[in-house]
Amino acid sequence: MRRIDYKLIEDLVPHGSTVLDLACGDGELLSQLIRDKGVRGSGVDVSQEAVEACVTKGLSVFHGDLDAGLADFADFSHDVVILSMSLQQLRRPRMIVREMVRVGRQAIVSFPNFAHWTPRLQLFLGGRMPVSRDLPYQWWDTPNIHLCTIKDFRTLCLEEGLCIEHELYLSGVDKQPPQRALFPNLMARLAIFAVTRC
Amino acid sequence: MGGGRPLGLPPLTPQVVMTAAKHTDRKEIGDVAMGLGADAGSAGIVRTKHVTFDQPGQELALEGGGTLAPFTVAYETYGRLSESRDNAILVTHALSGDAHAAGRHSANDLRPGWWDMMIGPGKGLDTDEYFIIGSNVIGGCSGSTGPASENPGTGRPYGTDFPIITIADMVNAQAMLLDHLGVEKLLAAVGGSMGGMQVLEWAVSHPERVHLCVPLATAARQPTQAIAFNEVGRQAIMADPDWRGGHYYDGRPPAKGLSVARMVGHITYLSDEAMQEKFGRRLRDIHDYSFTFSPDFEVESYLRHQGLSFTNRFDANTYLYITRALDYFDLTRRHGSLVQAFRDVTARFLVLAFSSDWLHPPYQLKEIVSALRATHKHVSYYEVESHYGHDAFLLEREKMEGIIGAFLASGAHTFAPAN
Repeated sequence: MRRIDYKLIEDLVPHGSTVLDLACGDGELLSQLIRDKGVRGSGVDVSQEAVEACVTKGLSVFHGDLDAGLADFADFSHDVVILSMSLQQLRRPRMIVREMVRVGRQAIVSFPNFAHWTPRLQLFLGGRMPVSRDLPYQWWDTPNIHLCTIKDFRTLCLEEGLCIEHELYLSGVDKQPPQRALFPNLMARLAIFAVTRC
Repeated sequence: MGGGRPLGLPPLTPQVVMTAAKHTDRKEIGDVAMGLGADAGSAGIVRTKHVTFDQPGQELALEGGGTLAPFTVAYETYGRLSESRDNAILVTHALSGDAHAAGRHSANDLRPGWWDMMIGPGKGLDTDEYFIIGSNVIGGCSGSTGPASENPGTGRPYGTDFPIITIADMVNAQAMLLDHLGVEKLLAAVGGSMGGMQVLEWAVSHPERVHLCVPLATAARQPTQAIAFNEVGRQAIMADPDWRGGHYYDGRPPAKGLSVARMVGHITYLSDEAMQEKFGRRLRDIHDYSFTFSPDFEVESYLRHQGLSFTNRFDANTYLYITRALDYFDLTRRHGSLVQAFRDVTARFLVLAFSSDWLHPPYQLKEIVSALRATHKHVSYYEVESHYGHDAFLLEREKMEGIIGAFLASGAHTFAPAN
């Protein structure tokens, strides 16, 4: 589920930039960025397995909990800070977005759009919590505790004084190119935002 | 700074042996007892070697002024140095450690080296892959020149006439040992507590000679609280009438003072939770209080035993000198700031902290990481979840082995030994 946004994120990352990948998992995105974009990259992850996987790949990684913020990272120490498909799993998503634009000049955030027509229909017609390819969990075991919609995220950016530099969507099949969809909040399965402080 | 050998616990109170250690101990002793000799996963039967630097130009210039000459370094090696000399790893020891990091000195030796759980064939520091070097620091009392060694000027033991040595001095002596062994550049330097300080010093003062650094449970400058505990230990030694200004080698050593110093130190290596779990308020061999000052509580007898057994293998003056070296350690002192100190560092780092370590809490390790990152060094940080306190780095094999092994293996690919 995560990988479909990697290519789009990669396109947004400038060559040779310094990148911090939050909730970096096994470091696949980082490895791609280092290989394809010549970035100087490092990751953060709370899981011991993830840290070990990154170290195995020769990546630089920091074992830490995003819910505690990024206190160990200096202001504007990175060009780009990435959070791929994990915003909805954090306890304090607003705080982490704020931290991302403190530590990096640019923040790239991708998340599943809860206002996509599939979850809408499941809730509207089925009357039950949506379960889909992008959100494959039952309500009682989902790690996704802070789901939002594209409109919600735009509002957050506005309230946080963030300028949206890029806004990309993925809808339908995985291979399909990003769409400048009509009604993205209804049609996009997931969204990728690149934001900076205004 | 940890307690050299967590395996060497009192036989009378077997319940205090930490479970991780117990498991290893039993297995390996079992193998030896069954006559298998070199137990599986063990570095085997090893022997401490010595090299003496007594030629002109081999004086050790000391950070505090003056020189040490001649001097001897005790060391052990495990595994084989590759033809291209690209697989050497220096393992640096903590306060009470020595050159004997792995294996056993004889087939019926019950006490393996202090990091035997990590060093051996197939282990985190794999002796099938790497050439591992352990050495006793100068100022030590386990074969390297220290205050108990003969002062060539007087023909008697140095005592407190031994010069004050620092972590940098220890590292410079190790550099000469590497010259002796024909190792131009280390693949890695690995060590915990005071060993971690040596690892940091290696990266800073010999940046061209080390490719990977793994400091564990340590700090870039000795924290105030640790200086305070060390001072209590030193005062206990100096208050012992047998200490006699440090010139006691012709008589009784200040065992009582050293033992108290060790007891205080040992408390700082454990944690509230580990102590609670191991001892609680349990009484020792009695059903009720004795209403005397005899050691009613298990924790008391444990500490007394730790203190006493330490005096059998450790020199009180060495305790003074080495704790002084620890207290003086501050990478910011010579360089202004930590970021500045790390400026010329070329090594890649894996920094390990232990969650319940209150002697060197994770924030002290993160300080190292932040400073390295500030100058774009390659650094990874890993926090081991453990309730063993500072001594966790001597106990948590399973939680460290994987990541350290992975770091060494991935780092080895990027290593180009100097010629």
